Amino acid sequence: MYPAPFEYFAPKSLDEAISLLEKYKEEAKVIAGGQSLTILMKLRLARPKYLIDLNKIPGLEYIIESNEGIKIGAMTRMNDIAENELIRKTYPIIHDAAINIADPLVRNMGTIGGNLCHGDPGNDMPSVMIALNAVYTVKGTRGERKIKAEDFYIDTFQTALEPDEILTEVFVPKPEPKNGSAYEKIKRRVGDFAVAAVGASISVDENLRIKKIGIALTSLGPKVLKVDTSGLIGSVANEDTFEKVGELSYKTAQPSSDIRGPAEYKRDMAKALTIRALRLSLNRILGK
Amino acid sequence: MPKHHISLVVNGKKVEADVEPRMLLVHFIRDVLGLTGTHVGCDTTNCGACTVILDGKAVKSCSLFAVQADGKELLTIEGLAKDGQLHPIQQAFWEKHGLQCGYCTPGMIMTSYWFLRKNPNPTEEEIRNAISGNLCRCTGYVKIVEAIQYAAKLMQSKELKK
Repeated sequence: MYPAPFEYFAPKSLDEAISLLEKYKEEAKVIAGGQSLTILMKLRLARPKYLIDLNKIPGLEYIIESNEGIKIGAMTRMNDIAENELIRKTYPIIHDAAINIADPLVRNMGTIGGNLCHGDPGNDMPSVMIALNAVYTVKGTRGERKIKAEDFYIDTFQTALEPDEILTEVFVPKPEPKNGSAYEKIKRRVGDFAVAAVGASISVDENLRIKKIGIALTSLGPKVLKVDTSGLIGSVANEDTFEKVGELSYKTAQPSSDIRGPAEYKRDMAKALTIRALRLSLNRILGK
Repeated sequence: MPKHHISLVVNGKKVEADVEPRMLLVHFIRDVLGLTGTHVGCDTTNCGACTVILDGKAVKSCSLFAVQADGKELLTIEGLAKDGQLHPIQQAFWEKHGLQCGYCTPGMIMTSYWFLRKNPNPTEEEIRNAISGNLCRCTGYVKIVEAIQYAAKLMQSKELKK
């Protein structure tokens, strides 16, 4: 299968890439790992006239720890994230999600930036980043700006990125001392998108009262969905509370029936996976 | 569309060509270079029959454009045997009969090549996870996993002899 013809650019700097985007606007598409876009182009579901490849731009693949949190460069490959020890220990939800994206060969190419910008509600990293209160850095002709993960997703394949903008980095704030996080995903087989998945992150005080909680849903609506859990702050992290959060996920989910299952089932899974992810998060806090 | 001049190293030899941007790496390998050991299976990034090693990493060559391989080092199944001697992974697939029809075999071997360099002494679970992006529709993977386990042993004893 061949894509429709296109013109190819491999800029050597971000500025060069941005000026190409400014020139070609909606007719251009940025390619990162290409593990979604190339296939869409082959199936002729996407037909960009101009392809702007970020792979030759140096300095976009990194995982850097600071006092405030970690910064992940947009072109960091999914396997490098999956194998990173700091991420596995401090942000287990990112590890959980990374090792379950597609397969090891796809993860050798696939990037965090691509996963975050593609806008498919079945992409895993958006939920993870919403649950962790992450902030994206994007760069365009008018300079740099920051966008909260939860404000980034507008609709199916629609994000807050302007046509001349490129995501360059994702920042994940350092979790509180007593924080646990997890990503629970149901998929039919290796390599498939989630039937449903839930990302959870909770921080508690010494009495296990919830100080912060973030829940987001993958493959459970037209876009990744954040669950409003503000009413649960101060509740004790236990099965009763998790049941209540699960109910909120059930109400927030807007799944549709497709080859991966009926909407009713997926809605039930929104609740079940929320409870499982919270249970695992708490166990991680308790060191179980 | 303007063609792009690319230059890369394929199985140790420098190769140059002018390619249309939409030419996929797998077609470049098969149709331009004539290296037909790399197979096209699903053509949609599922099956892994087209797996090659690009700059040391196993990737699916149906999901990359040839122009993206410019300046890189590419290893295909044809580049594994040296001086008429099968690579230990090929030897292991041969001896343990890690195949039936053979269609997925080049991809299985290239993935194993990448994986065993990272993890020379893997568990069965790690092997099964490593080949999870390579589909075999004949076997139940049992002989393939055995072949990779045997390959790991062969490669380690080869290392020891050095």
